[in-house]
Amino acid sequence: MDDMKIKLLQALEQNHKISIKTLATMLKISEKEIKEMIEELEEAKIILGYVTLIDWEKTDNNDNVTAIIDVKVTPQRDVGFDTIAQRICRFPEVKSVYLMSGSYDLSVMIEGTSMKKVAFFVAEKLASLENVQSTATHFVLKKYKQDGIVFEEDENDHRLVISP
Amino acid sequence: MASGIKGIISLGVGESDFVTPWHIREASVYSLERGHTNYTPNSGLPELRQQICRYLHKKFGLEYDYSQEILITVGVSEAIDIALRCVLEPGDEVIIPEPCFVSYKPCTLMAGGAPKTVSTQEANHFKLMPEDLEEAITDKSKVLLMSYPNNPTGAVMNREELEAVARIVEKHDLLVISDEIYSELNYNGDHVSFSSLPGMKERTVLLNGFSKSFAMTGWRVGYAAASEDIISAMLKVHQYTIMCAPVMGQMAAIEALKNGEEEVKRMKAHYDQRRNLIANGLNQMGLSCFEPKGAFYVFPSIKSTGMNSLNFCEELLKEEKVAVVPGDAFGQCGEGYVRCSYAASMEQITEALNRMERFLQRQQKQKKIFALNN
Ligand SMILES: Cc1ncc(COP(=O)(O)O)c(C=O)c1O
Repeated sequence: MDDMKIKLLQALEQNHKISIKTLATMLKISEKEIKEMIEELEEAKIILGYVTLIDWEKTDNNDNVTAIIDVKVTPQRDVGFDTIAQRICRFPEVKSVYLMSGSYDLSVMIEGTSMKKVAFFVAEKLASLENVQSTATHFVLKKYKQDGIVFEEDENDHRLVISP
Repeated sequence: MASGIKGIISLGVGESDFVTPWHIREASVYSLERGHTNYTPNSGLPELRQQICRYLHKKFGLEYDYSQEILITVGVSEAIDIALRCVLEPGDEVIIPEPCFVSYKPCTLMAGGAPKTVSTQEANHFKLMPEDLEEAITDKSKVLLMSYPNNPTGAVMNREELEAVARIVEKHDLLVISDEIYSELNYNGDHVSFSSLPGMKERTVLLNGFSKSFAMTGWRVGYAAASEDIISAMLKVHQYTIMCAPVMGQMAAIEALKNGEEEVKRMKAHYDQRRNLIANGLNQMGLSCFEPKGAFYVFPSIKSTGMNSLNFCEELLKEEKVAVVPGDAFGQCGEGYVRCSYAASMEQITEALNRMERFLQRQQKQKKIFALNN
């Protein structure tokens, strides 16, 4: 992939709200080229989506709970972990699924409206899946940083307004 | 004047908007925890001087002996002062291309020298022209004090251009104090250190530091690299006035040189994109500026507004709460220009550009009404 595409992706990864016009100026290419590149990257599923990072704790809608589940599974012949991982992905409660090295296999992040619901989900839907050997559920108590963004950033600009 | 106003966007700041990379801060905290709170050798921590030599070699192919030819100073600011104090005899002339960093002239005067300024022009992208330099030289000329990439213009000089300067330096037996504090911020290729040109190492006092490249302004660490004669003279002044640069800053600087390259690259990539944004925005609103090639400043001409630099800055601050610096703060030939720093976030730059455009449109309308009424 060419350098320009990488630069475009890096800029969008930080802020996808940047206008096409601004992107064009920043990267010194035409707006048309930017548009085409973005379309191409979307089609190739390199850009998968544009999501917004929200601190729900600051809203009234703040009783969602998140849990990270360590899942041990028996890999299947020919497909390894893929089939089971894909099955787990289908549940809308599941926010992310990673294959891990180390003492367990899949790291599954689940969001639910209460601890009970999450616990039931794990017991009924996840643990009962064929090939799942065991699960260990860890509830998230507080988020400090996610996707490179610190929730309570206290590094203000301390600079003087004018300096040589 | 600017400091009390609320809602201000400042493009007037001569330092990075990034805080010092965390690994550097962390290393400094760790060194404090281990009790590194003492004086260091006068010339600075040996490990830091060694790292600097390694860095200068890797980046510019320079060979300096860490034990005799490097001095750690309290920022490049101190290095400028003591270098001038050590090399000047009363009445010696110091040739200073302008616009330039604010301390060059005062430090020359305080060291008993006579500043002889050379104007650089927008038409030449604010580079030092050999013929202008030649013209400024007299029998009393002793030192050429310059800085590329340049604050406030963003000008850089490439190898051929520096070589042309070097030939004149040699011909007239000048000494060069080369302030290369923005060496990492060159968007047009690799920085060429003046000291690396043939025959120039002996004639050059190379100054550099951590403030700009590693976003470490508050740590107060810089250094001078020069011949043993000059460094030992500078060391004398330094040891009796400063004793040594702060140890916390020196410890942090070691970490910066050891592991900071990625962060420097990251910050530079950000500046580069903001540079395109701001230069383009200014040109579009009718404040013409050449595309700056280094540091983190643009230097647009405001002559089309009919205002002088100070006036422009004051009105812009009052009406739209955007702070920029009048060009004449950096020398008389900076009149008619303002310095805008793009060490600010994308959002701040965009908003500042919007405000400036609104300001210019209002000014233009007023000019028209004024013209109609007269
Ligand atoms: C050209 C130039 N030289 C030197 C300095 C001072 O740097 P330091 O923080 O290392 O004293 C600055 C700071 O703005 C500068 O722009």
